[in-house]
Amino acid sequence: MAGILDIRRRIRSVRNTRQITRAMKMISAARLRRAQERALSARPYAQMLTNVLKSLVMRAEVYDPETGEPRHPLLAQREEKTILLIVVTGDKGLAGAFNANILKAAMRFIQAKEGKNIDIEAVGRKARDFFRRRFPVAPVEQPEITEAAEEPLTPAPRAENRSGAVQIVGEHVGILGRLEFAQGKALGQSIIERYTRCEIDAVYVLYNEFKSVVSQRVVVDEILPTAQIGASAVLQAEEMAEQEKLRMAEAAQSAGVSISEADTKAIDERAAAFAAAPVDYIYEQPPQELFRSMLPRYVELRVFHTLLESVAAEHAARMTAMDAATNNASEMIDALTLAMNRVRQAKITKEIIEIVSGAAAL
Amino acid sequence: MADTIQLEIVTPERLVVQDTVAEVQIPGKNGYLGILPGHAPLITELSVGEISYGVNGFTHYLAVAWGFAEVLPTKVTILAETAERSEEIDVERARRAKEKAEQMLHSSDPNTDFDRALEALKHAEVRLDVAAKRGVVAGA
Repeated sequence: MAGILDIRRRIRSVRNTRQITRAMKMISAARLRRAQERALSARPYAQMLTNVLKSLVMRAEVYDPETGEPRHPLLAQREEKTILLIVVTGDKGLAGAFNANILKAAMRFIQAKEGKNIDIEAVGRKARDFFRRRFPVAPVEQPEITEAAEEPLTPAPRAENRSGAVQIVGEHVGILGRLEFAQGKALGQSIIERYTRCEIDAVYVLYNEFKSVVSQRVVVDEILPTAQIGASAVLQAEEMAEQEKLRMAEAAQSAGVSISEADTKAIDERAAAFAAAPVDYIYEQPPQELFRSMLPRYVELRVFHTLLESVAAEHAARMTAMDAATNNASEMIDALTLAMNRVRQAKITKEIIEIVSGAAAL
Repeated sequence: MADTIQLEIVTPERLVVQDTVAEVQIPGKNGYLGILPGHAPLITELSVGEISYGVNGFTHYLAVAWGFAEVLPTKVTILAETAERSEEIDVERARRAKEKAEQMLHSSDPNTDFDRALEALKHAEVRLDVAAKRGVVAGA
């Protein structure tokens, strides 16, 4: 049996670990709160943009009235031959099953789409490392270099020199820590360019959707072609297990983060009124032109939103994981303290027996 | 008729301005628009430029990049991709951005995206202009 000193040393070490995990939990909680706020303050813009686009769809005749063909390249539906899959994970680990769940879902998606070419755009260090180990990187780096030379709307010859059916075309590491709209925009722009050049036929984003701490799921969202404005086209979704939800809620409560969805009714109502007044607007530009310049922004905004939500979800996952780790450490300290007392008791008892039997022998 | 306008400026990141103002000037794509209370309903795209609005005799300036605006008789809502108040603008950064854009325009690289460089140049110039107007009292 271990001596008292050994046990005492272990208790001290576990206590130190607990201190670290507790600090990490509080940090994640603070970051989560900030991420939630950011997601919230991004809402009015998104809602308003959606509104205007919706009302424009009716006026701008984006669909040819005779053939029903869409007039905007981002609305064009093509047969899915090459798919762009954006996988959003975190840059760091120690977030429970957060990254693993997303990557597992990504592998399932890739298997389900077998036979088609899949381009992977990895966001987050974990996604990059994971896919690098499995799939080759695309042979042609930086598609932007050829961009200026080409006519933007003519279908470019598809790159036949793929590294494989599944290849990595882009990596974005370190953008999640200080996320700004410009980053979402850049990513959005690059996919729009590739889509209009017909290099890809569909764009999906795989990420952890975050509505509130207890309402999260890993989803695959179809971003292009834009089927219906304002509606998200979720293909594959995995809800959190009930048990996990409970743990999330517990962790949030102990860290002082609100678990309910923030009250956005006032904002939403105001935003919903945007460009929806029952009056005849004067359009400074022809509706069609407005629509053309707005649709790409809409796509960029959706990309930005997925990143925002994923960041919030990552912090929530890390907070929960660290809460669990802190609890485990506490339990371990209790168990070790019990063991230590038992050893000490046994030692005392042994000593008394020795003294008593020694006295009896006299 | 009301003699003020509710002004709201929203970006993808936050609500930048929410105020009751006497007049607003916005950089429409086809030229600047001055809006007073009671304006006819209008929707316009914005180009890179400056927004100014007057409250209590003070004029406030903001630099915006692409966006669009909804004008109603008593309300103006502006969605802008970026909108910075004059006091928030980092002059040093704007100057660097301007230099970079100028370099791109003068480079002989055939892959230069001239439209984008021009837009960046314009944005940087507007930001510098707006930053220079910091705290100017209207009419002074």
